[in-house]
Amino acid sequence: MPVKLIEPGNDLSQAEWKLRTTRQQWLIWLGWLVGISLFLLCWKVISDNTMWVFVEDAPRQGADLLRRMMPPDWAYSERLWKPLWDTLNIATLGTLLGIIMAFPCAFLAARNTTPHPLIRSLALMIIVSSRSINSLIWAMLLVTILGPGILAGILAIALRSIGFVGKLLYEAIEEIHPTPVEAITATGASRMQVMSYAVLPQVMPAFAGISIYRWDINIRESTVLGLVGAGGIGLQLNAAINTLAWDRVSIIFILIFATVLVSEYISAKVRKAFI
Amino acid sequence: MLTLKQLTKRYTTGDKALTSVSLEIPAGQVAALIGPSGAGKSTLIRCVNRLVEPTEGQVFLGDTELTGLSSRQLRRARRRMGMIFQEYALIDRLTVMENVLSGYLGYTGFWRSYFRRYPQPVVQQAFKLLQRVGLENFIDKRADALSGGQRQRVGIARALLQSPEILLVDEPTASLDPKTSRQIMRLIKELCVERQLAAIINIHDVQLAQLFADRIIGLRAGQLVFDGQPEQLDAEILTRIYGEEDWNHASESGDVEEVMDPSVSQNHAQVTLRAASV
Repeated sequence: MPVKLIEPGNDLSQAEWKLRTTRQQWLIWLGWLVGISLFLLCWKVISDNTMWVFVEDAPRQGADLLRRMMPPDWAYSERLWKPLWDTLNIATLGTLLGIIMAFPCAFLAARNTTPHPLIRSLALMIIVSSRSINSLIWAMLLVTILGPGILAGILAIALRSIGFVGKLLYEAIEEIHPTPVEAITATGASRMQVMSYAVLPQVMPAFAGISIYRWDINIRESTVLGLVGAGGIGLQLNAAINTLAWDRVSIIFILIFATVLVSEYISAKVRKAFI
Repeated sequence: MLTLKQLTKRYTTGDKALTSVSLEIPAGQVAALIGPSGAGKSTLIRCVNRLVEPTEGQVFLGDTELTGLSSRQLRRARRRMGMIFQEYALIDRLTVMENVLSGYLGYTGFWRSYFRRYPQPVVQQAFKLLQRVGLENFIDKRADALSGGQRQRVGIARALLQSPEILLVDEPTASLDPKTSRQIMRLIKELCVERQLAAIINIHDVQLAQLFADRIIGLRAGQLVFDGQPEQLDAEILTRIYGEEDWNHASESGDVEEVMDPSVSQNHAQVTLRAASV
């Protein structure tokens, strides 16, 4: 970076090199000072607004809650298989739908494959708006439009996934090696052929990885969609919490945990197969 | 066969890569294009098939003026020009056969090529070419499983499947060891003779150029500074092309010292990305 050098022609043993100028060094110190002060200030504000009586009580309350969760109501699991199956379906079908819509979006949004800058900004807008809304909020909107049920859940997951898959995929497209693109173009191939021969094979592993990763996330997200009425096991969770049936809550937690473990395992396997 | 008239290329950054270069390459002639890095060798080759758009001047392939073609006509014209690259530019995750068959893309429709449904005569032709370049046992291997020399052979087979009239060859040996370099150059030379192909070969190895080319073209800072027979190359001409150096002591360094010019490689990156949007 900034260099403090002796004038040309002068003795080289006098030459000096520093990473930063003195001014920059002071500015960095000042930055640290401001940052730390701000942190301490925030700490104080939060502390003043906390009711410490409740916090001191927390360990006892936590222990009490745990005691009421134990033992889990194993018999209740009979009635959970159907909602759990719904949850898996919401996640899987939603991911599939999202991928199908995200794929063309990514190609339109990548700088090196977009047909026109205007189309690019349109595709980017779709991606950004999908990303900026949480699936739970998508679900709330869709439940009011479509009524409660699985369909709202599937669409919520799909709409949220477009942004995620689209963004990661278009970044992968922008990072491909350009020479194969040149080579295929030089054979007289059409635009679409260049995409399918030079671009697609290069982004395929990334695409598979991203999709399976999103599926993995969606399994977790779809377990809470029921809280707003969009189907799945979240509905039971909500009911159990509302009726203070903590032994039922714990069995639902256990099932969700097991499902997530399995999905984690599957996605790890699939990702390995696609490299 | 190939005619360049007053070809000039100025990049948007203002750098002039080529300054009114005029050339004529008859059918069947193998011409080596030498010059220091940044002299405009790659730009010149890419201006011929318009992976880089020339700023001024004309390029003729036979009677066709390439510089005036619409994008549809340009695609048809590109079929007549095979291109071979320094880093082979294969599609790593596709098989050797798929890579070779991609040379036929200019002749076939999207869905046929997408489902890899190539006409039987073309597949046979591909088999024949793979045999000619000595890769008949690697047909179903993935391209990234091959060695550098083998990959360049795949690149050559792909270019030949286009049934081109001319080969545009960009530093074919720059990533290869000396022995493989000679083998690849010999192969290109033989194929050009067999098929009566013209070729422009960018190469920075002067000895290889002398060994395998019928004609040497020297480029310096975007200008043509030498055009003649390989035997004519001497210390005085090398100095004209590359600049001052003790050329008579070939054994000490062997190769020609190169000066990297960062602005040039930057341009190159721009160019390659733009190729996607043609």
